[in-house]
Amino acid sequence: MSGKIIELKNISKSFSSDQPVLNDISLYIRDKEFITLLGPSGCGKTTTLRIIGGFETPDSGEVFFEGKKINDLPPYKRQVNTVFQRYALFPHLNVFENIAFGLRLKKVSEPEIVRRVHEMLELVNLRGFEKRNVNSLSGGQQQRVAIARALINEPKVLLLDEPLGALDLKLRKDMQNELKALHERVGLTFIYVTHDQEEALSMSDTVVVMADGKIQQIGTPTEIYNEPVNAFVADFIGESNILDGIMIADKTAKFAGHTFACVDSGFQPNEAVDIVVRPEDVDIVPVENGMLSGIVTSVTFKGVHWEIIVDIQGFKWMVQTTDYCAPDSVIGLYIEPDAIHVMKKSEYSDMFGDYSTFSDEFDELSVANPASEEEQENDKE
Amino acid sequence: MKKRSFIEAFAAVPHLVWMLLFIAAPLIFVIYFAFTDTYGNFTFDNITMLQSYAQIFLLSVCFALIATVICLVIAYPLAYCILLMPRKTQKLLVVIVMLPMWISLLIRTYSLMALMDNGGLINSLLEIIGLPKMKLIGTSGAVILGMVYDFLPYMVLPIYSGMSKLDFRCIEAARDLGCNGIQTVFRVVLPLTTPGIISGITMVFVPSISTFYISQKLGGGSFDLIGDTIERQFQNVGTYNIGAAISLVMMILILISVAIMNKFTDDDEGVL
Ligand SMILES: Nc1ncnc2c1ncn2[C@@H]1O[C@H](COP(=O)(O)OP(=O)(O)OP(=O)(O)O)[C@@H](O)[C@H]1O
Ligand SMILES: [Mg+2]
Repeated sequence: MSGKIIELKNISKSFSSDQPVLNDISLYIRDKEFITLLGPSGCGKTTTLRIIGGFETPDSGEVFFEGKKINDLPPYKRQVNTVFQRYALFPHLNVFENIAFGLRLKKVSEPEIVRRVHEMLELVNLRGFEKRNVNSLSGGQQQRVAIARALINEPKVLLLDEPLGALDLKLRKDMQNELKALHERVGLTFIYVTHDQEEALSMSDTVVVMADGKIQQIGTPTEIYNEPVNAFVADFIGESNILDGIMIADKTAKFAGHTFACVDSGFQPNEAVDIVVRPEDVDIVPVENGMLSGIVTSVTFKGVHWEIIVDIQGFKWMVQTTDYCAPDSVIGLYIEPDAIHVMKKSEYSDMFGDYSTFSDEFDELSVANPASEEEQENDKE
Repeated sequence: MKKRSFIEAFAAVPHLVWMLLFIAAPLIFVIYFAFTDTYGNFTFDNITMLQSYAQIFLLSVCFALIATVICLVIAYPLAYCILLMPRKTQKLLVVIVMLPMWISLLIRTYSLMALMDNGGLINSLLEIIGLPKMKLIGTSGAVILGMVYDFLPYMVLPIYSGMSKLDFRCIEAARDLGCNGIQTVFRVVLPLTTPGIISGITMVFVPSISTFYISQKLGGGSFDLIGDTIERQFQNVGTYNIGAAISLVMMILILISVAIMNKFTDDDEGVL
């Protein structure tokens, strides 16, 4: 990982006067890294990608490519290729011609085209599909054609806009691994867009968490998970219990009516803060040994662990444990100092509370992709 | 195969009656007249006689072809421009394109006549600014202009509707992969809008080749096109059969050319 290949400086963009879609975005992307833009639907991920690709011009701010300002460079002159959100393959061309499209424009000789298209088909595991009509391919196969079509141009940066959004879960997992392997093999910079936090964490070198047209946090997947900067990031990435707390002194925090030892410092004495405790970091102990105690209100079997909701003084905690606890039993909770993460208060502080309204269906609904229904019909193969 | 319910079958009855009455019956009459003489005896004479109309036929094809090409050249960029407009403007422009279709073809042709007549608007204007009068009516240009003017909407609309179904992301993909503006049009937009072009061509070519009033009114009697010839045969009682024969042959030729054009689009879309 070396120098910056792309840099965005203070980018703002709005489509209508009322609300900016991007609000002062600054970001740099290092050569050959796998960077992911992660955020809820409508937060401006695609718009950011389109600005990098040249399909959208920012209202203000600058885009640099290898140190040169490229704000007004049209897409066809940028050394960047895109895999579009729904592939956008050319329906009038077969697989071979779709992939060869970029080379034909560059007037590459026919034998060279044949050689390189075959190389690409090999790379994306589609040997023997040359003559197929693109509409007769499954979602995953179309996906690969779209990637091959972009990669054959040997771009310096590949932009991928939710490339797996339309695939079913199993295929998505396979393709994630394939994409990751591909990234290592071709040695390009990948800028990847997704609203699936798991995907972002497992694939990326760097994750950029966005919300409301602003960058919330940039960091490695572990940084983002272990040290979220605010309540939004903590809530969006994984499961979190987010509580109001007070930093009594360095390494001492008070929340849920109890004073805990923690590892954070650098706050004002008695500063109001947000506290994050991940459900898997809470240990269940007998009541007499617990720092907190509460009543189990629900228990859900999740395969690897149990997910239990514990009511502690009206605040519903989520705890993941491998030991079964019966509903309505009273249990004690024990939290290690390094399991407590302290965050400064932010505009998102009071928007994410406890798990009292939590239900699995709701979770699935918000994750479900609007595109998938339509796509599944194409997937029948 | 799904079995259709009784209700569904019943619902199709009016449609079938309509087709029988207004499509099948006239067709049968045309075929009957084409192969019989005035006394109703079977004969091939009508068909073999058609050789003498070869020249008229050729002229009609030329006129119709030229008109179709001009329509295409005007309509394609026009449709593309409409599509680049904001949604609301698009609707308005489409209505403007369609507006002439709400007026009878005859009236439109007459109004062209009023413009181009010897004492018409154009020549009056020329006279006022002191230029010599031009002979407009009776030239081949006038006839072709008439065809273009009358049938242009039939070219614009299918092309526009074909284009509006175009996936905009395909255009972006083309630009992403290295197409400049012109290359995008020729490599992606044009191939993807071929079906619209084909139906536009059909919808202009067919009425152009069979028109008779345009050539009569704007051609000032100098041009005898196939449509005029057919019309004349049907105005005299004794020549029904020849008229029917010409119609039949023309219909078959048109069907063949339409089939060829459709084949063209099918190949383009590819078979699974
Ligand atoms: N061309 C456009 N005209 C008007 N508004 C637009 C346009 N493109 C995007 N927007 C708006 O900008 C906002 C951000 O859109 P964007 O596509 O960047 O979101 P996203 O983060 O990619 O979301 P998703 O995960 O749903 O794809 C949305 O509110 C969207 O409605
Ligand atoms: Mg998007």
